[in-house]
Amino acid sequence: MIVRILGEGQLHVDDSAAHELNELDVKLEAAVERNDESSFRPVLDELLARVRAIGRPVEPAALEPSELILPGEGATMEDVRKLLAGDGLIPG
Amino acid sequence: MSVMKRVSMMFRAKTNKVLDRMEDPRETLDYSYQTQLELLQKVRRGVADVATSRKRVELQMNQLQQSSDKLDRQARDALSVGREDLARDALTRKAGLQSQLNELNTQYTTLQGEEERLTGASQRLQAKVESFRTKKETIKATYTAAEAQTRINEAFTGISEEMGDVGLAIQRAEDKTEQMRARAGALDELMASGAIDDMISGPRDDIQLELDRMGASHDVDAELARLKGELGQGSAPRQIEASAASADGAAPGTAAREVRAEEDGQAAPAPPPAQPQAGDGT
Repeated sequence: MIVRILGEGQLHVDDSAAHELNELDVKLEAAVERNDESSFRPVLDELLARVRAIGRPVEPAALEPSELILPGEGATMEDVRKLLAGDGLIPG
Repeated sequence: MSVMKRVSMMFRAKTNKVLDRMEDPRETLDYSYQTQLELLQKVRRGVADVATSRKRVELQMNQLQQSSDKLDRQARDALSVGREDLARDALTRKAGLQSQLNELNTQYTTLQGEEERLTGASQRLQAKVESFRTKKETIKATYTAAEAQTRINEAFTGISEEMGDVGLAIQRAEDKTEQMRARAGALDELMASGAIDDMISGPRDDIQLELDRMGASHDVDAELARLKGELGQGSAPRQIEASAASADGAAPGTAAREVRAEEDGQAAPAPPPAQPQAGDGT
């Protein structure tokens, strides 16, 4: 599957990693729901590090949508809320 | 539902909204391509803007660094003439500058990061726009409107996600540069008004004035000692001096000490003269 890290681009990630990434994602979601910035940050960092470690960059000219999209490095919970509200994502 | 999945669905929903508005998909290919080119222009301008801000911060850092180096030199000069009070003053001001410099350094790193990020985004978008252009021409040439629909959707979905990502990156960089610009502007104003100069070196650079004054009086002392040495050695001048000194009721060596004492009284604890004085017994 293709995973995008916002601000960094797309990566091919083996489907077998889905379970592992999903576990981290569940923690991330819990942090967002609890409004718990202090546990949000380390989980996001871990998730990003894992995806970068196991992913292979997608060739830049590829026109394929991503199955999963991760907030970028340094994103706050506020940024994630805005992303989920979908405001101003796509120009034009 | 998972955060990663939800974010990707938000991107997809946006794309679908745009696709739904299209009437003749083939016509909208050109329109979309135009939008992509505009975004590419925008991200390139963004890179240039961030670079400008970064250079401005760099310039300010250089100016403050020069001032800091100057204060450092002044502290050394002050210590070498035994003025620990002046040296302390210079180092205190240097510490104030150093904290400004540290803040600028953080700003610089942030801007550098944004610049790299945007440059990468610009390159990725450029590759995808190029790929979209090729695909668009193929689709227009080969397929009927009905057949084209699916292929257009694929190409459009692929690129619009990238456009969304780039759009966010530009937004982020704009926010950052705006903050930095405001701070840099405030610092420039402070520098122009001389307030920073005053903070660095006091009104009219009082530390330097004091050092210059001391340097000048040190030179005068040395010159005086040299002259006295010369006069003390020659036989004819000694007679003249001796008669002049006896008129004053004092020996030449004593006269020299008196001049020295007078000087010392004015300029706090000055170091002993470098050259041995006639009659000083050294």
